[in-house]
Amino acid sequence: MDSLLAWILRAIPFGTIIMYGALGEILTEKSGNLNLGVPGIMYLGGFAGFAGSYYYEHLSPNPNGAMCVFVALAACIAASMAGGLIYSFITITLRANQNVTGLALTIFGKGVANFFGVYILNGASYTAAPLANSMFAARIFPFADKNAVTQVIFSYGFLVYVAVILAVIFGKVLNRTRVGLNLRAVGENPAAADADGISVTKYKYLATCIGAGVSGLGGLYYVLDYNHGIWATTGQIEALGWLAVALVIFTTWKPYNAIWGAYLFGMFYWLYQFLPDIMGWKLAGYVTDLIQMVPYVVTIFVLLGVSRRKKKENQPPESLGLSYFREDR
Amino acid sequence: MKEPFVRIIRRRSDTFRHKVLVRFIAIVLALIVNAFFIYFVTGLNPVDVYVVMFRGTFGNVMRFSWAIRDMVTLLGIGIALAPAFKMRFWNIGAEGQVLMGGLATALIMVYCGNSLPTPVLFLVMIVASVAAGGIWGFIPAFFKSKWRTNETLFTLMMNYVAISIVSALTNYMRGQASSLGKLNMGTQAGWLPKFLGQSYNINILIIGILTVLIYLYLKYSKQGYEIAVIGESENTALYAGINVTRVRIRTMIISGAICGLVGFLIVSGRDQTISTNTAGGNGFTAIIVAWLAKFNTFYMALISFLLIFLTKGAAEIASAYALNDFAADIITAVILFFILGSEFFINYKLIFRGKGGDR
Repeated sequence: MDSLLAWILRAIPFGTIIMYGALGEILTEKSGNLNLGVPGIMYLGGFAGFAGSYYYEHLSPNPNGAMCVFVALAACIAASMAGGLIYSFITITLRANQNVTGLALTIFGKGVANFFGVYILNGASYTAAPLANSMFAARIFPFADKNAVTQVIFSYGFLVYVAVILAVIFGKVLNRTRVGLNLRAVGENPAAADADGISVTKYKYLATCIGAGVSGLGGLYYVLDYNHGIWATTGQIEALGWLAVALVIFTTWKPYNAIWGAYLFGMFYWLYQFLPDIMGWKLAGYVTDLIQMVPYVVTIFVLLGVSRRKKKENQPPESLGLSYFREDR
Repeated sequence: MKEPFVRIIRRRSDTFRHKVLVRFIAIVLALIVNAFFIYFVTGLNPVDVYVVMFRGTFGNVMRFSWAIRDMVTLLGIGIALAPAFKMRFWNIGAEGQVLMGGLATALIMVYCGNSLPTPVLFLVMIVASVAAGGIWGFIPAFFKSKWRTNETLFTLMMNYVAISIVSALTNYMRGQASSLGKLNMGTQAGWLPKFLGQSYNINILIIGILTVLIYLYLKYSKQGYEIAVIGESENTALYAGINVTRVRIRTMIISGAICGLVGFLIVSGRDQTISTNTAGGNGFTAIIVAWLAKFNTFYMALISFLLIFLTKGAAEIASAYALNDFAADIITAVILFFILGSEFFINYKLIFRGKGGDR
């Protein structure tokens, strides 16, 4: 029981990282843009958030917690949206190939984050932003430790709940509002949307940039809460970014599914550590390596199931991955 | 209605000179942006830095040889992707296909290295690596044909399945040791023999031959023509009586198989070991190479060389000025952004107000 509890308590924060990544990418893909730059954007957001709060903490004479959170969020969102803007300009205005531009953005984000990260590290193998971490990881509900159930639900930093709220808002906006309908039309059939007077370019730009801003929060949450406010040069964020892309498929492009899907992915991810514990198995190291493929294999099966059953509401946006040029019709 | 300030029209054709000019301007602009970046971040004179960068590849014979070694790895994967991309099949799974090929090679080196005579050993290694890569390419193609499963996402996921298989088996093979080290260190069984002083010269030779072969295959063979037709329009291909399913699966097996072969070359000719880093991100970079080269394998050689030149150059800058290697990623990405963006000026023409042009 204790292991199960520990497992869930690990899975939910992990899920939150990729929930942000996936929510942003769902919004982006709904506009027909397949942005493979998610890992790069999460690098940009995570690093900018860390750098912002790190410098605020170290340069300000008496740093204030709320201000620190604000600086981190503002830096993170600005940097991630800038990444999204680069991608948007090249794929929407200049109509370059989306896959290739996305991969270049991943290289870019990873390079920028780690290059400037080395300056902050200044020779150390890692550095920390303790104030930011204490603010982001602070439990916002005082009664969290009452029993196992309250622990599972209430014992996290505020960004965990923001992610869920964002997912609900995204779901509502996409399914229940005019803006959402227009956005989906742009992703399904931009020519039809254009004929209807919807500005395809505006929707694509906004969806991609806002989506990037949200994806970047995943990187911020990873660095400042999940990873205890520690920045180190690793490839970890890249792996998380690709997992977020996988999660988008798993949710069949529906924000509500991202909530439980993300936590389920978190359970899958930590399966190798906790399941043997619970079952009392002793597994060799190579078996745990194999278990790490579970989220990806499950995603493949979802992808296969969706394409086999051909239910209309589960398909990727019709024009996903294609640039739109009015005169090409 | 008032004429818009600027209109965009598609170019029907473009001259070779204009294409070269556009790309040249793009690269120059990218270098200028990078120069600003270098100057503002480090305060160094960008021209000096570019000169140091040049030394990364052309500093001495050995460095040049290493650059070519790394270039052919990237080029080999780019070549492998060319047929798939020409068919408009987004094979993002090269990383995994290379790893599976490399893994098959490594397993045979370790478990059959001392029991098979050398020529047979190499034959088995090559066949196994080609088969492993081919299978990894076949699976997404099969489902694309059967259920129209999105291949971009499928092949992307297959990379991570491959990474986890490789990490499991390297973990298994190393046993109690802290790392796998070079395979068959004592006997050197399964290591490609030295040719002109280096094992990897055989890689260079083989990829060189493949570059020509795939160029000819795509340009002059019947199969290459079928691929081109499907890439232009699947409906046209169906109308012309091309069996799209068969061509798609065949092409992806070829694509995966060449990736597998590159995996063999990396393990047997370059690293003599295997890890999850064997493909080292080349599988992703090669996608950019293959796309920018528009499926022409000779352009791929040029672009691979440019990218490796940048990487080596940035490493050189890093050691000369106590910066770090990640500068290479930034510089490379900026150049890629500019080249990708410049395609627009090759495919389209801007017409400003009052300049007329055919409407």
